[in-house]
Amino acid sequence: MRIHVDRDKCEGHSRCYALAPALVDVDDLGNAFELNDGVVPAGMEEKAQLIIDNCPEFAIAVIED
Amino acid sequence: MTDTERCPVDDLATDYDIFDPDYVRDPVPAWAELRGSCPIAHTERYGGSWLPTRYEDVQAMAKMVPELSSASPGPIVIDLPVELRDQSRQGYNAAAPISADPPEQTWTRKALLPHFTPKAIGPERDYSERLCNDLIDGFIDAEGCDGAVDYAQQIPPRVIASKLGVDQSRVDDFIGWVRGVLEFGLTDPELRLKNSNLIRDFFAAEVADRRTNPGDDLITALCQTEVDGESLPDEVVIGMCNLQLVAGIDTTWSSIGSALWHFAGHENDRRRMAEADDALWDTAIEELLRFYSPVTMARNAIETVEYGGVTMEPGDKILMNFPGANHDPDVFEDPDTVVLDRQRNRHVAFGAGIHRCAGSNLARMEMEVSLKAWFARIPEFTLGDPDAVTWAGGQVRGPRRLPILFG
Repeated sequence: MRIHVDRDKCEGHSRCYALAPALVDVDDLGNAFELNDGVVPAGMEEKAQLIIDNCPEFAIAVIED
Repeated sequence: MTDTERCPVDDLATDYDIFDPDYVRDPVPAWAELRGSCPIAHTERYGGSWLPTRYEDVQAMAKMVPELSSASPGPIVIDLPVELRDQSRQGYNAAAPISADPPEQTWTRKALLPHFTPKAIGPERDYSERLCNDLIDGFIDAEGCDGAVDYAQQIPPRVIASKLGVDQSRVDDFIGWVRGVLEFGLTDPELRLKNSNLIRDFFAAEVADRRTNPGDDLITALCQTEVDGESLPDEVVIGMCNLQLVAGIDTTWSSIGSALWHFAGHENDRRRMAEADDALWDTAIEELLRFYSPVTMARNAIETVEYGGVTMEPGDKILMNFPGANHDPDVFEDPDTVVLDRQRNRHVAFGAGIHRCAGSNLARMEMEVSLKAWFARIPEFTLGDPDAVTWAGGQVRGPRRLPILFG
């Protein structure tokens, strides 16, 4: 599973960073970006889905390989 | 307008009244009715406005930039007389970025955001933890306290004062000025202008001081910020400081107060939080933000916009009903119930789009710290006289009197 934060949509609500700091980080403006090329470590798939479902900007999505 | 002058509302779809005491006390039934009958309502009251009530519509309208503009007359929910609007000074905005459109919104927001990221607010967290415990020390030996006046209301102005690096003894002035602008001043434009000017004069002196006596604080940091190689002009820094007060104080104290009101009246939820782990605290705070979202913003159409079956003409005001969006049953299961462990909560209490509340990380931290400190020392409490509870509404909704009994 891979995820991607759309930087054009992200407005820095930081919910993803609060819920899953192992999957995403925030930059100096507080906007999010995925870690590890978006690769979700095994066992963290539910966390990944959680940050997707809690983003008020619909900015995070699963990337189909 | 006083209650005696208020005409009763007989048709929400064409005559809603965001200052109606029943709406202020509990707006949820009005939103539910409108979503079913007329999801984008209109009123002629307070200069006229549109009120979207569905999540999808509020989200869409928040993205209509700049045709639904945040610039003058700004994001205020009533139509102020032209001569009493916050005047831009020397060509600069009185509260950028909140009252600006791109490109001004873009560079002013970029100057502000680095100071409000989750990582940047560590000092404020430490300060808030000490502050909340000091406040509790002041009333814990009594039978109870006013959760709004003695606690919720005391926290954000001190956190903001600490961040700005201004004298804590001015906190009561801050509270008075902000209520003068956003609460009492919303229906009394002259009071509003008077308090806006008091805030501006205060920060003009603070900014002048930091230019010669830099400190380790937000005002100094903004004075030293460069955009395209140029320092931010004084007027821009003053406007940003003004924004800290008018956006960062009664909003957050309303959220903290609403949370205390909820737990004082819902014993099962209160008992659950008394033993909550961090995961439950996280979802509970988001759920309280959703359910009791304090802030309604506004936009002003600068061109004709047809959307959702209505036509918004230039000059029309549109209320950004984030609180109503957060109760939309199309998006939130069982929306009118507080579900402390709600896992999927895409709420827009802090807005959506380019004007997402710049202080949202700070506000969330203050809610978390203040409620955890309270529950650690006062796990058992109930509502005192329910008739003594008062609510403010309109732009910012939350309890202003909240008698609480301990034990």
